[in-house]
Amino acid sequence: MTHRGSRVLHVGSLSRVEGEGSLHLRIRGEEVAEARLAIFEPPRFFEAFLRGRSYTEPPDITSRICGICPVAYQLSACRAIEDACGVTVDGQLAALRRLMYCGEWIESHTLHVHLLHAPDFHGCANVVELARSRRADVERGLRLKQAGNAIIELLGGRAVHPVNVRLGGFHRVPSRSELRPLEEQLRRAREDAALTVRWVAGFDFPEAGCDHDLLALAEPDRYAVESGTPTVMPAPHTAGLPATSRRALPTRTFGVREFGDHVVERQVPHSTALHARLDGRRHLTGPLARYAISGRLLSPIALQAAQDAGLGDPRQGVVCRNPYRSIVVRAVEVLHAVDEALRLIDAYEPPPRPYVDVPPRAGTGHGATEAPRGLLHHRYTLDAEGTVTDAVLVPPTAQNQDAIEEDLRRTVQEHLRSGEPTDAELTALCERAVRNHDPCISCSTHFLDLTVDRAAHSD
Amino acid sequence: MNAEPRRRPRLAVWKFASCDGCQLTLLDCEDELLGLAEQVEIAHFLEASSASAPGPYDLSLVEGSVTTAQDVERVHHIRAVSRRLVTIGACATAGGVQALRNYADVAEFQAAVYARPDYVATLATSTPISAHVPVDFELRGCPVDRRQLLEVITAHLAGRRPAVPAHSVCFECKQRGTVCVTVAHGTPCLGPVTHAGCGAVCPTFGRGCYGCFGPSDSTNFPAFVPLLRRDGMDTLDVVRVLRTFNTAAPEFDAASRKELER
Repeated sequence: MTHRGSRVLHVGSLSRVEGEGSLHLRIRGEEVAEARLAIFEPPRFFEAFLRGRSYTEPPDITSRICGICPVAYQLSACRAIEDACGVTVDGQLAALRRLMYCGEWIESHTLHVHLLHAPDFHGCANVVELARSRRADVERGLRLKQAGNAIIELLGGRAVHPVNVRLGGFHRVPSRSELRPLEEQLRRAREDAALTVRWVAGFDFPEAGCDHDLLALAEPDRYAVESGTPTVMPAPHTAGLPATSRRALPTRTFGVREFGDHVVERQVPHSTALHARLDGRRHLTGPLARYAISGRLLSPIALQAAQDAGLGDPRQGVVCRNPYRSIVVRAVEVLHAVDEALRLIDAYEPPPRPYVDVPPRAGTGHGATEAPRGLLHHRYTLDAEGTVTDAVLVPPTAQNQDAIEEDLRRTVQEHLRSGEPTDAELTALCERAVRNHDPCISCSTHFLDLTVDRAAHSD
Repeated sequence: MNAEPRRRPRLAVWKFASCDGCQLTLLDCEDELLGLAEQVEIAHFLEASSASAPGPYDLSLVEGSVTTAQDVERVHHIRAVSRRLVTIGACATAGGVQALRNYADVAEFQAAVYARPDYVATLATSTPISAHVPVDFELRGCPVDRRQLLEVITAHLAGRRPAVPAHSVCFECKQRGTVCVTVAHGTPCLGPVTHAGCGAVCPTFGRGCYGCFGPSDSTNFPAFVPLLRRDGMDTLDVVRVLRTFNTAAPEFDAASRKELER
């Protein structure tokens, strides 16, 4: 292959992802010299203008970081500020928060599975084109998404930037009878979600693996959603295993308050998003990490669906490290979230008050939750009056960026060795590799830097 | 009879600095999405489609505010290739929450967020689309309301003016039969000065409106602000509530400046 020279591939605007980013690939002969996910989403400076705001405001303000996962921002902010104020929200108020978060998982994951990701597996440019050949599958997806939105609308008032969340709980809590109409919709959604797992399990998946450390929240007795302890499953190569290994490795944990000691962000010249690393190594958060760390705690029907879909049994120590199969894991998580929502509604008793009081006090608080696309951490420092003096927000996509770039590099490298992909083929491959991770680019562009990568900027 | 198939209007959706929530509202029209796609040709919508066709476009929906020099060029290009240009949401219509930088030293903001602010190109201001190019219609809201968004699109398809009321949120509370949170509970509420459109969602949940649809077409702040004070808000609280999601809307901006002068 003597004609293989150097080439530079630039994809100006990524499509079917949230926010705006581009891809940059530099190839020398058969080697990938550089694979970059460059984020050009303009910075919006949330961490700067949160300073000076009242401690009651971050749940409403930070929801505006992302229209696709506003509940994740609202609840991470609540947890962090409640932590600073020494307040714990539990019982039915915590259950309602979890229910609302289930709505966001259903809505956001279904958006990604059906509208953004599935077209890749059918060679379509968008969901409208997909609907020409797969109308029933698309309609099922839209119905499922509607069920997720219905939960958020009922508890939060509207699907994008819900208004009912506040420190300590909610402005208003529903009665049992108000939740009842959701049950019928969710029972239908449970069937739709099970069918969706079967549908996506039948897609054609490239063989692939990833050897990133996996990071997700974990709880002892349930699949972590709105709370938990940061838990790391190391990369297979630390045990001498290949990237495609499906064996679970022993996990380690650290406290939410130590998050910043372990996950450290640095600025790179090519991106308005900061890159975060876990104890100095690249890591991945999101569905693959959650499934590896908490898969055994999925509801029985979700667990069975996962096994039927070929993901393996997490109770037997099987994990999924193929990023393309993240669509299957997402579909399984939707089924789990629907099932969990039904369980929560069934067990619901209206709490005596819609919220517990959260009196201000000086201090620093931490909050982490599992946004649909991965772990989201908030840290706030308050003064005695409850004014925010410092805010640090670490979203999943800033954490996943190194892992996404490594997937890009690996994918392109393998294709260079096995053939002569054209630029168009490489572009499609790279876009798919990025979409596997459902990056939330608007989320990832406003973060506090701690160390600087002073490597020379070359283009 | 014309044998030619009717040319479908060409729709484009664009994004500037924003959270993507208003574009998502279009994808949240689950019952209408596929039907809409039969009525229009979705020629450019990066969030939803990897196929993009060049202009001209019959209708451009623009989300997000202008915060970079490149954005300034891009918005002019979009105007040039669009027969009608409609802004969707508080960012595109009033600069969005990121317009809080307009009151600050943006270099200090950058230094607070980035260790190497020189890597990040940004303007000192976040401005609405109308500050740069003529806009045919502005749809309010953070986020926009799904029903209003569909009304704006279908009105365009029918060649009529969208039926989007310009009155305040108070009308919507009355229509819904929601008890006034200010009168009944002394809860501070921006409803009297805020543009209708959300369906008065906050008061329905027992909280005061926080103004996410921006100013209504007739506001009376000299009469309104004393109500907020009566219900326990101090100067800083009043400034904060006006300076949030529609801070660069002229009425909210002027009222907040007046507060600080007191």
